[in-house]
Amino acid sequence: MSEQVFEATIAKDQRIEPRDWMPEGYRKTMIRQIAQHAHSEIIGMQPEGAWITRAPSLRRKAILLAKVQDEAGHGLYLYSAAETLGADRGDLTRRLIEGRQKYSSIFNYPTLTFADVGVIGWLVDGAAICNQVPLCRSSFGPYARAMIRICKEESFHQRQGYELLMTMMRGTPAQREMVQDAVNRWWWPSLMMFGPPDAESPNTAQSMAWKIKRHTNDELRQRFVDMSVPQAGALGVTLPDGDLRWNAEREHYDFGEIDWSELKRVISGDGPMNRERIAHRRRADEQGAWVREAAAAHAAKRQGVPA
Amino acid sequence: MSFDDAYQALTDHDDDARWAYGTGFADPLAGVPTTLPEGVDGADLAAYCLMIADDALILSHRLQQWVTRAPELEDEMAIANIALDLLGQARLLLTRAGEAEGAGRDEDDLAYLREAADFRHVRLAEVRDDDFGHLIARLLVFATWRLALLDRLSASRDPVLSAIAAKGVKEVTYHREYAAGWTVRLGDGTPLSRQRMQAGLDAVWPLIDELFEPHPIEQRLTGVAVDPASLRPEFDAVLAQVLAAATLDAPAPGSATRDAPASGSATRDAPVSGTATHEEAALGKTPGRDGRHGGELAEILSEMQGLARATPGGVW
Amino acid sequence: MSGEIKHEWPLFEVFVRAKRGLNHVHVGSLRAADHEMALHHARDLYTRRNEGVSIWVVKSDDVVASGPDDKDAFFGPSGDKAYRHPTYYAIPDSVPHI
Repeated sequence: MSEQVFEATIAKDQRIEPRDWMPEGYRKTMIRQIAQHAHSEIIGMQPEGAWITRAPSLRRKAILLAKVQDEAGHGLYLYSAAETLGADRGDLTRRLIEGRQKYSSIFNYPTLTFADVGVIGWLVDGAAICNQVPLCRSSFGPYARAMIRICKEESFHQRQGYELLMTMMRGTPAQREMVQDAVNRWWWPSLMMFGPPDAESPNTAQSMAWKIKRHTNDELRQRFVDMSVPQAGALGVTLPDGDLRWNAEREHYDFGEIDWSELKRVISGDGPMNRERIAHRRRADEQGAWVREAAAAHAAKRQGVPA
Repeated sequence: MSFDDAYQALTDHDDDARWAYGTGFADPLAGVPTTLPEGVDGADLAAYCLMIADDALILSHRLQQWVTRAPELEDEMAIANIALDLLGQARLLLTRAGEAEGAGRDEDDLAYLREAADFRHVRLAEVRDDDFGHLIARLLVFATWRLALLDRLSASRDPVLSAIAAKGVKEVTYHREYAAGWTVRLGDGTPLSRQRMQAGLDAVWPLIDELFEPHPIEQRLTGVAVDPASLRPEFDAVLAQVLAAATLDAPAPGSATRDAPASGSATRDAPVSGTATHEEAALGKTPGRDGRHGGELAEILSEMQGLARATPGGVW
Repeated sequence: MSGEIKHEWPLFEVFVRAKRGLNHVHVGSLRAADHEMALHHARDLYTRRNEGVSIWVVKSDDVVASGPDDKDAFFGPSGDKAYRHPTYYAIPDSVPHI
């Protein structure tokens, strides 16, 4: 097995499996992308997790708890995919809490009201689905399979969010205001989830060639806008973009300029919640160390191996 | 831009077996008659349902507080599962309480609009977890007790309680296994984990007697409710077995108070539920069931009920 | 990856039988201190939507796998045994139930 086989496998649109020969750059890119995705799932539990104990009905509480639990599960699927490439979850977690690996910038925004739970489901999970569905055909087998499982499970995530918002829009004026306010705050960060514009996305070409990525950032972003506009209309909210209008020639919605300096700021660690998110994850990891060590010591004792 | 076939594949459920991905969900109360059984006082039945509903609701809240804080992601999954199971039991039981009461209150009215003194859970459900050892000790005691309770309740004359209990038995069996597994690992793990597991047991031990104290309502509901005193032998036997496997000692009766925590950990909170003997006497034998709760419940309720109460007329 | 930091628990591979009559299928992996914990974790992680009637867990280190380089030696020889496949045999369409 060698480079030719690898290239031929990719060309035939078949999957690369962990024990296959692969270029070092492919392996590194895959580990980085999968780890970043796994970190996003785990950090992404925090903004919504903060509302579980405060959910205003028991039904919403159960839905939210199940959803946040799914995110932990998705993080695990993804870490396990990264581990097939020789990465170690302990090491990846260390990289996350030391700020050496990134996670999606969207989770550095705070969840101020319960409407945020709905908007995260609708817009943030909606954007994630646009990003993730093509990844079900990623050239790396374990990643593609993890993504299929994740996408299947996430199909309820977006719907529960939209349903919550529809319900709130039928409620009191204060609730409708809450929804509009949450939409105002999350719309632009959701558009940033697709990453920098294609012209400034240095890794895109290689990732497309390796079929790690299937569409460019701008293609996916456009798709998301086109999907979201009618949904916003059905909901009765306004998307906070004065330049948003249908372009009959392109057969797509035109939309306003994204504040890329904000994305850069958030990615570089200066978003509203970056420090809290990492500190929280670090605390859980550190406070859990004695528990993990105890279980390892117990297992070693039972096997007759000195701990 | 054309989209990938994968999107199609997601809605194609013919290949689910390939992914070992399940879909079949059953309503545990399907076909169960909801009329009150002959000769049962609705107010008593409602009060009894609230007792075992609140046990589940309040402990579920404590478990929800662990979400994003578990020692490992796999335990994140397990703790959330247990919290979800208990929440599900609480919802069914609250609904039954509302039906039995006959005043038109639903699960949310009962969860969100009652005052602290109207909550009927045992104090074991509400105390704060100092650390994972404490959580496990509490869960072990709670699940062992509740499993014995639900097991007998599945033969209740009330068909709804019986169906809810039968579903709960399967769930709580797993909760008990989870807690027992961790009790053994922590007890027979490292010196530090042993110390913390023992401290957890010491902390929950004074709250055990309350679990087996019969309440007048339970005594009146013959054949419907379970006499908690009858659960003690099974409870003691299971605990003894788990603690032996964990190489831990059961705290001597009366010896354990939270005024002398075995662990020197700086993260521990001040003792909250450990009360002096004369205060204990003033609480009576079934303080939780009688609505006498500590300040910790006020904290729980302000968190749980705050938003619902702050939005009058809100729909969620 | 850097060899410095390793997770405290070993890796296990998880196999789930979705329903009676089907094979166990590999669904992924997880971390656990021992086999018992691995089974519990597998139940929580891979069967929380009612999937599965049976779970296997195997320590990842205990899996012995053929390498991609063995492909020809392992799987090549059966490639010419078309007579193992039912379509090898021509049966007229008019013959039912075969």
